Amino acid sequence: MPDIQALVSDLASKLRKRRVQGSYETARLTAELLCAVILQHKEPTTNGAASLIEAVRRVGEQLIAANPVELAVGNIVRHVLHIIREEDLSPLTDIVGELKLSAEDDVEDIAEDENSQKSSATTDGCLLKPPLLLAVFEHLPDSATACQTFSSENIFAGKGKKLKSELIKAVNELIEDINTCREGIAEQAMELIHQNEVILTLGHSKFVKEFLCAAKEKKRSFEVFIADGAPKFEGHILAKELDKKGLKAIVITDSAVFAMISRVNMVIVGVHAVMANGGVIAPAGLHVLALAAKKHDVPFVVVASTHELCSLYPHNLEVLLNEMRCPSELLNFEEFSDCIDYGIASSSSLLHVVNPAFDYVPPELISLFVTDIGGYSPSYIYRLIADYYSSEDLPPQQKPAS
Amino acid sequence: MGAQKKRAAAAAAAARVSEDPDDLARQPLQAILLADSFTTKFRPITLERPKVLLPLVNVPMINYTLAWLEAAGVAEVFVFCCAHSKQVIDYLENSEWFSQPNFTVKTIESHNIISAGDALRLIYEQNVIHGDFVLISGDTVSNMSLTQALQEHKERKKKDNNAVMTMIIKKSKPSPITRQSRLGTDELFMAIDPNTKQLLYYEDKADHSKGTICLDKMLLAENPSISLHNDKQDCYIDICSPEVLSLFTDNFDYQHLRRHFVKGLLLDDIMGYKIFTHEIHSSYAARIDNYRSYDIVSKDIIQRWTYPYVPDVKFCGNRATKLERRGICFTAFNSEIEQSRSAQVGSFTVIGYGTKIGSNSKISDSVIGEGCTIGSNVLIEGSYIWDNVIIEDGCELRHVIVCDGVIMKAGAVLKPGVVLSFKVVIGERFVVPAYSKVSLLQQPTVHDSDEELEYADNSSGTVEFSSIQGTADQSNGEMTSESSEAHKPKLGTGGVGYIWSICEGGQEEEWRHSVAPIPEDKLTELSEAMDDDQELVTQDRTALSTSGELISDSNASEGDDNEDSKDDSVYFEKEVEATFLRAVEENVKVDHVILEVNSLRLSYNMTSADCAGAVFYSMMKLAIKTPHSSASELQQNTANIITTWQKLLKSYLLEIDEEIEIILKFEEMCLESAKEFSPLFARILHILYDKDILQEDAILRWADEKEGADESDKVFVRQSEKFIQWLREASEEED
Repeated sequence: MPDIQALVSDLASKLRKRRVQGSYETARLTAELLCAVILQHKEPTTNGAASLIEAVRRVGEQLIAANPVELAVGNIVRHVLHIIREEDLSPLTDIVGELKLSAEDDVEDIAEDENSQKSSATTDGCLLKPPLLLAVFEHLPDSATACQTFSSENIFAGKGKKLKSELIKAVNELIEDINTCREGIAEQAMELIHQNEVILTLGHSKFVKEFLCAAKEKKRSFEVFIADGAPKFEGHILAKELDKKGLKAIVITDSAVFAMISRVNMVIVGVHAVMANGGVIAPAGLHVLALAAKKHDVPFVVVASTHELCSLYPHNLEVLLNEMRCPSELLNFEEFSDCIDYGIASSSSLLHVVNPAFDYVPPELISLFVTDIGGYSPSYIYRLIADYYSSEDLPPQQKPAS
Repeated sequence: MGAQKKRAAAAAAAARVSEDPDDLARQPLQAILLADSFTTKFRPITLERPKVLLPLVNVPMINYTLAWLEAAGVAEVFVFCCAHSKQVIDYLENSEWFSQPNFTVKTIESHNIISAGDALRLIYEQNVIHGDFVLISGDTVSNMSLTQALQEHKERKKKDNNAVMTMIIKKSKPSPITRQSRLGTDELFMAIDPNTKQLLYYEDKADHSKGTICLDKMLLAENPSISLHNDKQDCYIDICSPEVLSLFTDNFDYQHLRRHFVKGLLLDDIMGYKIFTHEIHSSYAARIDNYRSYDIVSKDIIQRWTYPYVPDVKFCGNRATKLERRGICFTAFNSEIEQSRSAQVGSFTVIGYGTKIGSNSKISDSVIGEGCTIGSNVLIEGSYIWDNVIIEDGCELRHVIVCDGVIMKAGAVLKPGVVLSFKVVIGERFVVPAYSKVSLLQQPTVHDSDEELEYADNSSGTVEFSSIQGTADQSNGEMTSESSEAHKPKLGTGGVGYIWSICEGGQEEEWRHSVAPIPEDKLTELSEAMDDDQELVTQDRTALSTSGELISDSNASEGDDNEDSKDDSVYFEKEVEATFLRAVEENVKVDHVILEVNSLRLSYNMTSADCAGAVFYSMMKLAIKTPHSSASELQQNTANIITTWQKLLKSYLLEIDEEIEIILKFEEMCLESAKEFSPLFARILHILYDKDILQEDAILRWADEKEGADESDKVFVRQSEKFIQWLREASEEED
């Protein structure tokens, strides 16, 4: 499949070169790519789901390795794997009983049909592979006797086709979800933002923007303090956008959050990823803001979509999950190069610039998550993760790469 | 389902297209990458491997250039290979560059090309470049965005068909001491029109000893404003129009891109081709031209200024590395290294895949390649160690480059600036002297044609083999005489390789381009010399044209005198003298000379007494230089000169103080520089009195001042006693 491989390496190289950034964008592209992978996946005669899972996982590993910091990639890959497993289960429920029966028949009457014998061996293999599935099958009611008349080959072809189309439908739904998650989040704005409140946010998050704009459209009037989000100062962009929408926006510096927090009713921020323990990986500076909010008992609300939900725990953060960005965002290279003191014999300058992109905010500091499927407290996140990902796929990085 | 399939594919395709930053898709952007620098600065390493494949922070250099070109929206790259072309092509074929979507890499191979000019002529003949192209060499690291520069270039080209090239420049202050940029290149002078950004003048080989640069005065006449920079760095990234290639073909003597082509275009005003500049500020661009820039650029990469082309981002199929926090800063690590518990790996260090580090070893500010074995108690500081190097226990390496496969036996020491080429073996406890270059290959007597002798003056001439360097052998402590096997003991017991003799003018220049930081004593030496230089550079020295003869003796006096004011006056005197001599030679009108001396006076902030002294000094010098056979003839000459130039002298004699200054000056000359005058002192004083240059009051006051002085100081007062006596009487009579 050169076509798919080209698409995969294209996205991987984009991720690697940091040309695709941001959880929304990466999630969307990953989901679309995986959809194409599923579409083009050539169905082997047997065991469609397992080989599909393998194919998706292989692609996923490539993508995750391309930029391990972009956690949304892994989230989508795991979610798609979860979907495949689920879909694999549901059509099987119809077929399984019948299969079992036909297999038993085969064992009893071997000479009856060569075709069925051939397939039965493979069927057994298929059934035996995922032990979980077998366990499920045991409890199935024997209601599938109607299908007994189908030949095994027909069943498999039908199942494969059905599985694939179901999968495509499900993955397309996922893409749809990713595309519409902002609206889903924004719908809840009215419940959270009250008349004449003062909101504080940091940097620029599309979710936050939609959230605030949704409240504004419903004729709520409130003020927004925007910490500018050094070193990129994306807060300035947000301020301008809000101004266009007719919202009162006040720009402050990141370091002024403590000075302003006492006047704020609620902090609303967007994040990079939500960890399994309910903590978040967020743009640098957010931990300070969270501490300030805690100190003044201001609710700290995180808006996040479900594709930001990450099944990893925040161990060894500096290494695993932070990204050192270009120091020239902080200090012009010109100024840096001028600092080299030729009087000192060592040619290396003592001046260094370090620009980490992310902060980790522990769950204790977070009051509420607003997601596209509703509001949750940090302690509930692990339940959502169980809903979204299968335990076999968690976490794929720890499995030795084949 | 089919519809869905199509939609998904279309969406993916759309996403791909919209991600591409270039809206210049109409004409796909092409680039010429010269995979040969046509210099010999990286010898002896480049004898065995082309420069573009040398690892820079464990990634061959060409990858940085290609990755940047791809990111900058270039669609097609022609890699021109010359020296070791096979290696370059093999490397590219095995890399992933040939399989990139939307990015084609093609190689052009030629063996008998000796310069960039020839290479471009060859490419022109192949007729593959159809539009604007980026000209870059394969040793350039950058992360700048080309979009703006390209747009500027296109717009200019639309308006003015002669704007053929846009040169990327960057601010970089040269060191006032070494006259080098941060990257170890020579100070570069550029004149740029501040409004149009047109490049008007380019000089990278300015002669610092004279401290002058010469600008064509037409430049000043034609351009309303012009700004002269010495703080710009040429990034060697050029956006060129296709005409550039044909220009190279038309002018078949153009060899070097800058020295011939750029300067040629700037001088040649017949065709009227113009070169413009584009300055980048925050983004990074640098070319690795010598060992020092190799060191500096490596450090910049480790400090992430070249982001996203940094060790922990896989931009070209390099192995994944991870960052680990060391102290405040970060060290890039490969997960597969074996490190002893007691080994200390400091910050800003990159360690490659499969490297083993023994106990108690200390590594800081260094790059270590893949598969190296480092013993215990090894000290590595600021060094670049490539792949599969074996360093045994107790070695010390400071600021060195060690190529693939080198073996260092226990206790060997590399002094700063050493370069060990491939597979050299250094014997036990051998100390390699600073700045030496060691290779398995002997230093060539005749250079092979692969690499052009751009710096022929550097590399030609005396070629000694390492056998002469026997004294360097310190572990044996004795000279070995088996000349056939001479190379072996030269690097200690079991050592293999030749120490190259440092090229002509070597030691002097070696420290400038070495990986090692500039040694302290060099710096102090230079900064002492700098005081003079700086004076010279800040002044417009065009006035100083013909004479150099007299400088020598004034130099002698300035050598032991470091006071600024004294220096100033010495320079001032020299300037005035030069001006005066020129005036005499060219028959300049007295008024003009006065004007010139006045301007000098203002620029040096001198009093008119100083001017008078200086002018008088120059006149006397002239007199003494005029051929004469006897004292009377000299007197006659002096009288003539004074007569001719009395107006000049008088214009500075406003008060009696200045006149006294002249007498004092004259006295000084007679004692020191022009002893011939000493018997004539009284007579010349008389002449000066006769010509109304000196008034009697001045002479009398001078005599009075000298009254209390030492006997030795009174020589001339004695000599002119009669004259003074006469003056005194005359004045009394008048009363």
